[in-house]
Amino acid sequence: MSVLVYAEHDNKSLKAETLKTVAAAQAMGGDITLLVAGHQCQAVAEEAAKVNGVTKVLVADNAAYEHQLAENVSLLVVELASNYDHIVATALSIGKNFMPRVAALLDVAQISDIIAVESSDTFVRPIYAGNAIATVQSLDEKKVVTVRATGFDAVATDGNATIEAIDIVKDAGISTHVCDELTESERPDLGAARVVISGGRGMQNGDNFKLLEGIADKLGAAIGASRAAVDAGFVPNDMQVGQTGKIVAPDLYIAVGISGAIQHLAGMKDSKVIVAINKDPEAPIFQVADYGIVADLFDALPELESKL
Amino acid sequence: MKVLVPIKRVIDYNVKVRVKPDNSDVDLANVKMAINPFCEIAVEEAVRLKEAGIATEVVAVSIGDKSCQEQLRTALALGADRAIQIDTSETLDALNIAKLLQKVVEEEAPQLVILGKQSIDSDNNQTGQMLAALTNMPQGTFASEVKVEDNKVKVTREIDGGLQTLLLDMPAVVTTDLRLNEPRYASLPNIMKAKRKPLAVKNAADFGIDLRPRTKLIKVTPPAERQAGIIVETIDELVEKLKNEAKVIS
Repeated sequence: MSVLVYAEHDNKSLKAETLKTVAAAQAMGGDITLLVAGHQCQAVAEEAAKVNGVTKVLVADNAAYEHQLAENVSLLVVELASNYDHIVATALSIGKNFMPRVAALLDVAQISDIIAVESSDTFVRPIYAGNAIATVQSLDEKKVVTVRATGFDAVATDGNATIEAIDIVKDAGISTHVCDELTESERPDLGAARVVISGGRGMQNGDNFKLLEGIADKLGAAIGASRAAVDAGFVPNDMQVGQTGKIVAPDLYIAVGISGAIQHLAGMKDSKVIVAINKDPEAPIFQVADYGIVADLFDALPELESKL
Repeated sequence: MKVLVPIKRVIDYNVKVRVKPDNSDVDLANVKMAINPFCEIAVEEAVRLKEAGIATEVVAVSIGDKSCQEQLRTALALGADRAIQIDTSETLDALNIAKLLQKVVEEEAPQLVILGKQSIDSDNNQTGQMLAALTNMPQGTFASEVKVEDNKVKVTREIDGGLQTLLLDMPAVVTTDLRLNEPRYASLPNIMKAKRKPLAVKNAADFGIDLRPRTKLIKVTPPAERQAGIIVETIDELVEKLKNEAKVIS
């Protein structure tokens, strides 16, 4: 048995979530090959070679893969697929985008967003925004799977896999990249941060999110938001934590002015420790919080910042 | 330019889902159903393209039993011109849905197919991408902005860490994210008018596609409940607990 894992990266560094996806691949069984598709992505390949449990790193370095367009990357993965029983990617924006194309071209189903591996063909995944957990068996010979990284513990990075360049160029020629507008931030990625502090509708406006920044700086935290805060236009959508946004599971999650809609809980309830700051003692967020404080956030946040 | 909008009938997003006692599936008996919220955004976007004079016809399609005609009527009330129901009583894998939609695309030859990025029941996030692969179309998934210009479509996408803009040859597949638009409410006159718009019914079995299941649902369980913790009285107490009890800050 063998598993091909697609490495999620930005041509500069490997996304930390890939280490968790490799852990999921180990549970499926067999030799693990990591595929790095990109352009001028040698640094990523070297990082990938250190991922424990990986026997080989394949590097497809070509301008056609620079932006990892789904049309091109899916053709590359399909070309490689015959050597593997499982094709696995992380359920992040790149993996979610191209993997169903791979499944369709291979004429197999995809099992999305798994949080556990029961056996080589049976997987556990949340459905209905996390309100139910399904155990699903793939009936296809080849398994195409995306992994919700928060369901798995990262593997270590002291391995020594061989790196092999592959010369397969697939350019579908039907899509072009125009631009990326990425939020510039000194803070860690929401998905990878050890501490996340999120604001909800209770923040009242976007300016008040500054109140979270001082605390985030002191804790090395990423800043998130509830869908209510995004819908109200306080902050951009890439900060959204929840079923329709980012799924996070940090060591510490601080929910500020967030009532705790099921949609939001689905995105953070696997956090190790949850703190809720809310002035409504009846807010559902208190039912999942390890530590709750019933207080006006405009008093509590400055005090918390001063005492950290 | 014709726009095809595949839509799905799902549990209403306000309804709390319950798992059946025998763990065979969730219990959908007598539960309020609605058009999947992301699909509603797709319909709205298509209708806006028509109102802007870019699209000439908006065709909604849904795959399911007769009950999904209700959601097709909703799409018609929002402004779609006609609808197609592909009749089946089976629960189909996303791959098989995409294969049926591929046939519809071949018949209808739309320049743009707009779908929701995922349904709020199965949460698969697959159908649009699969349809794009099967029809060899480019895709703009998780769209927050769609602009048609010079026979191409420019799609701004929600990605990790920000936005990405792609230029796609047409015909193309677009899947909607939340911020693409805010769907209108159907007016009463439009709801009445929708009842007279054409709705064709086709049988899924007549498409000659192998629709055998590719996955088997073994069981469905409720999620693990998280235990509520304690309410602390002061920030000092909170900081002390986080340091010494939870040991998550130093």
